[in-house]
Amino acid sequence: MPRETAVHEPHEHVFIPQHRHHFETEEQQREAGSFGMWLFLLTEIMFFGGLFFAYLLYRNWYYDAFVPASNFLSVTLGGTNTAILITSGFCMALAVWAAEVRKKQFLVIALILTTVFGLAFIGIKYVEWHDEWEHHHVPGAGFDISEFVSPNAHGITDQKAIPPDMAQHCQIFFFLYFAMTGMHALHMIIGIGLLVWLILRAQRGDFTAGYVAPIENFGLYWHFVDIVWLFLFPLLYLINRHPLK
Amino acid sequence: MTTHEQHFHDPANVTNPEHAEHHIVTPVHYLMVFGALLLGTLLTVLAADQDFGIMNPVIALAIASTKAVIVILFFMHVKYQSNLIKMTVAAGFFTFLVLITMTLSDYISRAWGLW
Amino acid sequence: MSATSTTIVTLPDQTTATIPKKNYISAEHGLLSWLLTGDHKRIAMLYLISITFFFFIGGAFAGLIRLELLTPQPDLVASDTYNKFFSMHGIIMVFLFLVPSVPATIGNFLIPIMLGARDLAFPKINLLSWYLYLAGGTLTLAALVLGGVDTGWTFTTPLSTHYLNTHVVTTACAIFVAGFSSIFTGLNFIVTIHRMRCPGMTWFRMPLFVWSHYAASILMVLGTPVLAISIVLVALERLIGIGVFDPNKGGDPLLFQHLFWFYSHPAVYIMILPGMGVISEVVSTFSRKRVFGYTAVAFSSVAIALFGFFVWEHHMFIMGVSNYSALVFSLLTMLVAVPSAIKIFNWAFTLQKGSITFETPMLYAFGFMGLFTIGGLTGVFLAALGMDIQLTETYFIVAHFHFVMVGGMLMAFLSGVHFWWPKMTGRMYPEQISKLAAVVTFIGFNLTFMPQFILGYLGMPRRYHAYPPEYQVLNVLSTAGATVLGVGYMLPILYLAWSLKYGPIAGNNPWQATGLEWQIQSPPLTENFTEIPVMDHEAYDYEWLEHKTQQEVTTVG
Repeated sequence: MPRETAVHEPHEHVFIPQHRHHFETEEQQREAGSFGMWLFLLTEIMFFGGLFFAYLLYRNWYYDAFVPASNFLSVTLGGTNTAILITSGFCMALAVWAAEVRKKQFLVIALILTTVFGLAFIGIKYVEWHDEWEHHHVPGAGFDISEFVSPNAHGITDQKAIPPDMAQHCQIFFFLYFAMTGMHALHMIIGIGLLVWLILRAQRGDFTAGYVAPIENFGLYWHFVDIVWLFLFPLLYLINRHPLK
Repeated sequence: MTTHEQHFHDPANVTNPEHAEHHIVTPVHYLMVFGALLLGTLLTVLAADQDFGIMNPVIALAIASTKAVIVILFFMHVKYQSNLIKMTVAAGFFTFLVLITMTLSDYISRAWGLW
Repeated sequence: MSATSTTIVTLPDQTTATIPKKNYISAEHGLLSWLLTGDHKRIAMLYLISITFFFFIGGAFAGLIRLELLTPQPDLVASDTYNKFFSMHGIIMVFLFLVPSVPATIGNFLIPIMLGARDLAFPKINLLSWYLYLAGGTLTLAALVLGGVDTGWTFTTPLSTHYLNTHVVTTACAIFVAGFSSIFTGLNFIVTIHRMRCPGMTWFRMPLFVWSHYAASILMVLGTPVLAISIVLVALERLIGIGVFDPNKGGDPLLFQHLFWFYSHPAVYIMILPGMGVISEVVSTFSRKRVFGYTAVAFSSVAIALFGFFVWEHHMFIMGVSNYSALVFSLLTMLVAVPSAIKIFNWAFTLQKGSITFETPMLYAFGFMGLFTIGGLTGVFLAALGMDIQLTETYFIVAHFHFVMVGGMLMAFLSGVHFWWPKMTGRMYPEQISKLAAVVTFIGFNLTFMPQFILGYLGMPRRYHAYPPEYQVLNVLSTAGATVLGVGYMLPILYLAWSLKYGPIAGNNPWQATGLEWQIQSPPLTENFTEIPVMDHEAYDYEWLEHKTQQEVTTVG
C-alpha cells in the first residue's frame, strides 16, 4: 500500500547530550518521561486510597471518638503547615519555569526555597508528633484515654466527655493520623533527598540547556505530595471544631 | 515493513508529535494560583469554625478538591498537556472512586437488615 | 519454502545455516554485561531463568501437598507445616511465577519489536524491575528458610494479624517489593505502547498480543498499589497492634479483605490476559488466518481489565459482607465472563476454515481453549450466590482456579515459550518430544484437577490436610495426575536446554508468521532493527506475507 500521507521534510535534529537512543526525538523522550511519571503518581493515588478508605470507614463508625481526638490537633500548626507546603509548591512551579527559560541562578534559588519550606514542614510535623507522644496519644500499649473520658479534669472545656469504650477508638484515629501523615512525611523526605541532588545538578547547569525533564517530573511528584496534604489537613484536623453546639 | 530515510515524518502518526506546541506557564499565573490556594486554606479553616451541620465535611472536601484541581491544572500543567495526560489523570481518580464507592456499598448496606 | 500438509515449519538449509554472528546475545560478553544491561531482550532472558527457578520451588510444594493428601490421615506432616506448604505454594506460584510469567519474559522481549521500537520506554526501570523481583524472591526464600508462613497466600485477617507466630511480616515485605516489580513493568509497557509505535503502527494494526499486555498493564499499575497498602497495614497491625483489623479494638477484618481482593481479583486478569494474547498469535499462525473479529478481541481485553475492577467482593461472599452488595457483585461477576467468552468465540471462528496444523504451540493453545473454558464456566457457577455458599472454600474453588491458571495460563505460557523460542534463541526445539510433553501435561493436568471438582462438590474443604476416607480414591487419582504433570513440566526444561546447543537453526521466520518480530533475524540484534520500520499493512495480513516471500530471494544463514 503506498504511503499517501507521507511527507519528507529536511531539517536538522539537534540532540541534547541526554538523548536516549531508543527514542527518535526529544519530544518523544520528554513526553514519555512525563507520561511515565504520571503513571507512577496513579499508583500513589491508589496507595493512599486504601488509607483514605480506612479513614472514611472508621470516621463513620466512631465519629464520637474521632471528634475529640481530632480536636486535640492544633489547627494553627496544621494550617501553617498547609500554607508552608503550598508555598513550597509555588517555589517548585517557579523552578520549572526557570528551567524552561534557562535561568540557572533563579532555578537554583527556587529549588533551595522549595527544600527549605519542605524542611520547615517536616520540622513542624515533628513538633506535632512530639506533642502527641508527650500526651500519650501514640497508639500502642502506652495509649492514654483519660483526656477523652474526662476532659474537664485535664482542663479541656470545649469537648464532650465520651464513654471509655468509645474512647478506646480514639486510638484508631491516632493510628490513621500517624499512618497517613507518616506516609506523607516519608514521601516528603524522599522528595527532599531528591531535591538536594537536583540542586547540585542544577548548579552545574544540567537543567538550563534544554533538558528540563527531571525538574518537570520531580515537580509533578512534589505537587502530588502537596495535593495529598491538601486533603489530609481538613480530614484530620477539621472534623468538627464545635462539638458542644 | 519498508525502510525509510532518517528524517521520515508521518503526520498521520501521533507517536512522534514533533514541534508540538510547548506552552510555558508564567510566574504570574503561578502567583495567582498560589494566592487562590492560600485563600482556600483560610476559607476552609474559617468554615470549619462555623456550624453547617452535615455540610461541614462537604464544604471542606469541596474546597480541598478545588485546590487539588487548580494544582493539577496549573502547577502540574495538565491544562496544557495532551489528551493522553488528561485521560490518565481522570483514570487515576476514577479508579480511586471505584475503590471508595464499591467498598462503601458493602458497609452502607450492612445495616439494612437481612431479607 | 513449500509447506508440507502436516507442518508449516520452514527452516533454512541446515547444512549451510548459522546463527547470525551479530545478535543481542553475542553483542557483549561477561556477567556484568548481563547484570547491568538495558536491553529488554536480555532482561527478558534473565526473568525467564528466575521465574523458572521459582516455578520449580512452587512445584515442589505442590508435590508435597499432593503427597500428604494421598492418605486421609494427617500422617506426613503436622497441620502447621501443611499450612506452610499450601501458603508457600500459593505465594510463589501467584506472585513469583504467574504474575510475571508472560509479561516479564515474552512481553519484555517482544513488545518493542512488535511495535517497531528499539527498546521499551525506560530500559533502566526495566532492569530495576528485575532486581526488585529478585529482592522479593529472596525475601520469600528468607521467610521460607526462617520457618515459612502459614496464612495462606491470601493473608486473611484476623488469622494473619492476631493468631499466628510465623514470618508474616517478612513475607509481606517480599510481596510489597515484588509488587513494585510488577508495577514498573506495567508502567513501562503502557508508555511504550502509547508513545513508541513506529510510523504507520496505529492502535488497530498492533498485534493482539500487545493489546492484551496493555490491558494487563493498566491493571498492574492501578491495582497493585492497593495490595501494597493492605499488606503494609497487616505488617503494622502485627508490629504495633493498633487494631485496624481487630474486632476487639473496633477494627474490621473485612476491611483488609476488601483492600486485598481489590488487587487480587484484577491480579487474576493480570495473569490471564497476557496468556490470551499469546493464544491469539498462536491460533492465527497455525490456522494461517487472521484473527476473527480483531476489534472485538482488542476491546474485550480492555473490557476485561475494566470490569475486573468491579467484581472483587465475590471472594468474600461468605465472610460477612452485606447481602445487597453481594447481589450487586454477583451480577457484575457474571458480566465479566462475557468478554472472556467473546475471545473464545473469536478464536473458534479463527480456526473455522483455516489451514490448521498441530505444532507444539498449537497443541498447548488447544489445551488452553478447552481447559480455560471449563475453568471459566465453573467461575460462573461460583458467581451465583447460592452455589458459592456451597462450593466456596472447598476443592471446587481449588479446581476452578487451577483450571484457569494452570490449564489456562501455564499452557499459554508454554505455548508462547515454544512459539517464540526460535526467535529468542535462533534455534528450534525438538518437535517430537515437545509434542509428547504437551500431551503428557494435558493428561496429567486433567487427572490432577478434574477429580478435585468432584471432591469440592462432595464437600471436601480446601486447605485441610486430612479428610474423610470416602474421598481417598479421588485424592489418589489427583496425586497420580500430579506426578504425570510433574513429568510433563520437567521435559521442556531438558529439551529446551538441549536445543540451545543442538537444535536446528531456525532462521528468521520458521512459522511463516506475520508480525514485525518475524521479519528480523533470529536472535535479534540488540537494537532490534537496523532502520525503524514503517507499518503499511494490517495485523495478521497473510496475503502481504505471501506477496513478500514471493519477492524475496531466499538467503542462506
